[in-house]
Amino acid sequence: MTRIFLAICLITSVFFSFACVQKGGDANSTGATGDTIKVGVYGDLTGQTSSFGQSTKNGVQLAVDEINAAGGVNGKKITLVVEDDQGRPEQAKTVISKLINQDKVQAVLGEVASSNSLAAAPVAQEAHIPMITPSSTNPKVTEVGDYISRVCFIDPFQGSVMAKFAANTLKAKTAAIIGDVQSDYSKGLTEFFTQEFTKQGGKIVAEQKYAQTDPDFKAQLTAIRNSNPDVIYIPGYYGQVAIIAKQARELGMNMPLLGGDGWDSPELWKLGGDALKNAYISNHYSAENPAPEIQNFVKNYQAKFGVVPDSLAALAYDAAKVLADAIKRAGGTDSAKLKEAINQTKDFAGVTGRITLDGSRNAVKPAVVLELNPSASKFNYKETIYPEGMTPPATTGSTNTNSNSNMNSTAATNTNTNAVTSNANATK
Amino acid sequence: MDTFVQQLINGLTIGSIYALIALGYTMVYGILRLINFAHGDIYMVGAYAGFILATSLGFAQNPSVFGFIVTLIGSMVIAAAIGMAIERFAYRPVRRYSKMTTLITAIGMSLLIEYLFVFIFGGTPKPFPQLLPNENIRLFGEATISTSQILIFVVSILLMVLLQWIIYKTKIGKAMRAVSFNLNSAKLMGINTDFVIAFTFALGSALAAAGGVLTAQYNPKIEPLMGIITGLKAFVAAVLGGIGNIPGAVLGGLLIGAAETLVVGYGQYVGIPSTYRDAVAFAILILVLLIRPAGLLGSNVQEKV
Amino acid sequence: MSSWVKSLVIGIIVVAVLYVLNATMSSTGFFGVGIDDYQGRLLVFIAINIILATSLNLINGFTGQFSIGHAGFMAIGAYSSAYFSNVYGVGIVKSLASTGETVSTSVALICAVIVGAIVAALMGLIVGIPSLRLKGDYLAIVTLGFAEIIRIVILNIDAVGGATGYSVPGYANFLWIGIFAVITVIVIRNIVKSDAGRALVSIREDELAAEAMGVNTTRYKVTSFVIGSAFAGIAGALFAHYNKFLHTNDFQFIKSFEIIIMIVIGGMGSMTGAILGAIIVTLLPELLRKLPEIQVGASTFHFSDLRLVIFALILILTMILRPQGILGTREFGLSWLKRPRKTPEGGGAVGADTGVPIAQQEDAKRMQSEEDEDQ
Repeated sequence: MTRIFLAICLITSVFFSFACVQKGGDANSTGATGDTIKVGVYGDLTGQTSSFGQSTKNGVQLAVDEINAAGGVNGKKITLVVEDDQGRPEQAKTVISKLINQDKVQAVLGEVASSNSLAAAPVAQEAHIPMITPSSTNPKVTEVGDYISRVCFIDPFQGSVMAKFAANTLKAKTAAIIGDVQSDYSKGLTEFFTQEFTKQGGKIVAEQKYAQTDPDFKAQLTAIRNSNPDVIYIPGYYGQVAIIAKQARELGMNMPLLGGDGWDSPELWKLGGDALKNAYISNHYSAENPAPEIQNFVKNYQAKFGVVPDSLAALAYDAAKVLADAIKRAGGTDSAKLKEAINQTKDFAGVTGRITLDGSRNAVKPAVVLELNPSASKFNYKETIYPEGMTPPATTGSTNTNSNSNMNSTAATNTNTNAVTSNANATK
Repeated sequence: MDTFVQQLINGLTIGSIYALIALGYTMVYGILRLINFAHGDIYMVGAYAGFILATSLGFAQNPSVFGFIVTLIGSMVIAAAIGMAIERFAYRPVRRYSKMTTLITAIGMSLLIEYLFVFIFGGTPKPFPQLLPNENIRLFGEATISTSQILIFVVSILLMVLLQWIIYKTKIGKAMRAVSFNLNSAKLMGINTDFVIAFTFALGSALAAAGGVLTAQYNPKIEPLMGIITGLKAFVAAVLGGIGNIPGAVLGGLLIGAAETLVVGYGQYVGIPSTYRDAVAFAILILVLLIRPAGLLGSNVQEKV
Repeated sequence: MSSWVKSLVIGIIVVAVLYVLNATMSSTGFFGVGIDDYQGRLLVFIAINIILATSLNLINGFTGQFSIGHAGFMAIGAYSSAYFSNVYGVGIVKSLASTGETVSTSVALICAVIVGAIVAALMGLIVGIPSLRLKGDYLAIVTLGFAEIIRIVILNIDAVGGATGYSVPGYANFLWIGIFAVITVIVIRNIVKSDAGRALVSIREDELAAEAMGVNTTRYKVTSFVIGSAFAGIAGALFAHYNKFLHTNDFQFIKSFEIIIMIVIGGMGSMTGAILGAIIVTLLPELLRKLPEIQVGASTFHFSDLRLVIFALILILTMILRPQGILGTREFGLSWLKRPRKTPEGGGAVGADTGVPIAQQEDAKRMQSEEDEDQ
């Protein structure tokens, strides 16, 4: 007993003796010294969803390199501290604590999975360090506090976008859903798609779930095939989605497939091939969009990392740019001012659209519906759907999203209409 | 009826893959009493080896039967070499120690392979080139079978027959059976046990790699962590059939595969949602072990007092 | 000094030390001296992992059963206690509001921990009775299977958040977690040193012989499994109320493996070994984050990108070079500080200083000598 007790005492005292720091005072004042601005990035770099974390890291890296090459922000260069959380919420909380307390970062970018962001966000909120999540779509994430914001859609908006599109443009009466059981993103989209689709008079005839590790999806698809839905909604990520599409076509299921921004990746075409015909997704942007800022981003990203960026990389890029812009406007990294500056972001021209943060620090931006064109490995623009309360371009003359979408869908299936930039001009 | 047949085909396809991997588990366990947790990762390594071969030798651009065979055999050889290296450098030094030590070494090896591949290839899923044309054949009604599924059945059966021949008709197979019966006695009989064990690892790894390449033809997406769950289920299949028993591993694999798809297809009518897919394999295993502790085809070893 | 006075004094010192440590983690620190949130978090995880490792050590190290599904019981404890806190805990805190925050949250925490322990123990009983008929690797794979089933079932219960995750009130602080860790270590040490502990060790050494000597092996095996599960439940409950957020991704089988690694790396069947293992497995991956980066041409190479590869390598090398674990079978202690004491009759428990069952040791020796002859 005594020995065990003494051993514990010894070990803790050793740990304690090297770990001591002076407490008290303003914790944030220590960080802002020197001529660099430290920004923390955390994500899953080695776990089950490591492709998400690596895309995010690359997107942020590209943005920061560009900013530093242009002379930095307010004359200061940005340095990144990247940490891996293995996709585990517990680890996400530990690494954000490390970034804030040990590395003294002045802002944090991350995570992708909402569950990891939800675990980590309270640490940033308590420490009064602004955190921008590039791609956590669950509404709860920013409800943690005023230091937490995001640059992506929230689930209720994106889920209802596709439901409206299915009901109004595709005239679908019945739909089936195949969702990812472990992903909060998928769960959110499923919920709000169901809600909106039912409201529009449609019926969900089958709902199946898969795990990202499933070796095939034919079992779920065969189960759906019986109910013969008009459309299948697949809120998931490209790795699984492409295979689901492929196997659905193999099973003779040729109805339209619908999805979200998680589909967007250069790998999608290679994985899915021709099976992706007759599929539509909602997205922030399209890599084929000819707008110069988007094309520059795609070109630079490809040059640096050797692959075409996916939507997670684009969102991470935007998150870093929004942060840099806010630091510039705040005139420094004082956390309260920086938070205010981030939250007042308005009409920021990002590659994923014009970003305006609303009162709940969610990005408000229109979604584009894209039709997949596998033979050319690109997306064709279909229509733009606006969030409630956001004014669509004046040319349509209507705040009603449905009438707007109908108008667009008749006119715009042909070429890559310059969707994002045209909105941008209109909202100015 | 078409739906049921369809689900059965789907299930047996997956089951054949599980069976191929389970064979490696069962052989290694039969000889060393070691749960080789890294075996699932060898399946992943096999798929990556096939990917590198197919893209670097140009089979991805000009798919052909020849290209597929070269890729398949090449990746089996590479995986066999890696399997032997793992045995030589990680497992042999700890072989004589307690079960826990060897188990932790195996877990460590599994983590090492996974993280090394994440580091080298990144976590992004890679598209595996289609080496053979994939077409659908309508059986009857709505039930279809694709050529890649047929390929899985044919190659698995061929490999299993080959394995059976190696084990029962060749000298090395006889030595393997002797070592698995009693390692020390086999050594006394003049069998080079180290060689036999290395050969077993090579054989098991080659089968897992074949499983990896076949899966990649059917489901053309490979990623560094693809072997964890599949490997675990294959291990469950091996235990289910009676670990150390070769036909048992095949039976176990097919059973787990079929059970999984049937749960997804019909579970909802009996109150089991499709999300319980991964739990089903374990539930079946537990039930079987409680009734027949040695597995379906395993022989009950009476403990001597 | 009579023994109870001694225990009391030690108890007071332990609580005082933990109190000071807890104070250093608060925002003001202990008289201005403190450690930051990150370091505090690591200390808390060390304490939680000590509970997990020592409790698994009771099952694996001392009883000789092969359980590799400890994270499942941790998950059960975490989710049941979290559900309890969200449903009843809030009411408890409110009704005790007059007593102050410290008292009310402590009461709520202890209630939640008890709930977590009881539910995990019940689950341990349900899992243990049928599966402990199995031996060795079969038991291992069944416990792993149960842990996965538990995780998948929790993932499908929307009342506890499912894939979104589950928020929990943060009642736990280091003081309580530390106290629970110390209690766990003492309780398990006392079990091991008691008659029951000798029965457990006898099962590990030779189950048939133990049965022949009149030890009710089934009862003892199930008991040790249930006690181990209950402590895993306590660890889960503390984790839930400290982390304030639960998600099934934290309870995947890699977590079970980590706990196994703790006890094997420290030395199976050694109390201090399990504690040392818990500290190493918690701190090593974090320390590896601090690996340097080097410039190769225009790009920087971060050695910390390889930290998990290095961790796996260290694990394998430890097993090859020191298969019995770092402490092996010994207890680490400061025995030289103690006055020499009369050894109690019968000495330590049978095999108390051997982590590897005696039968296996002999096996190993035999194989070793055979291999020597070969060369």
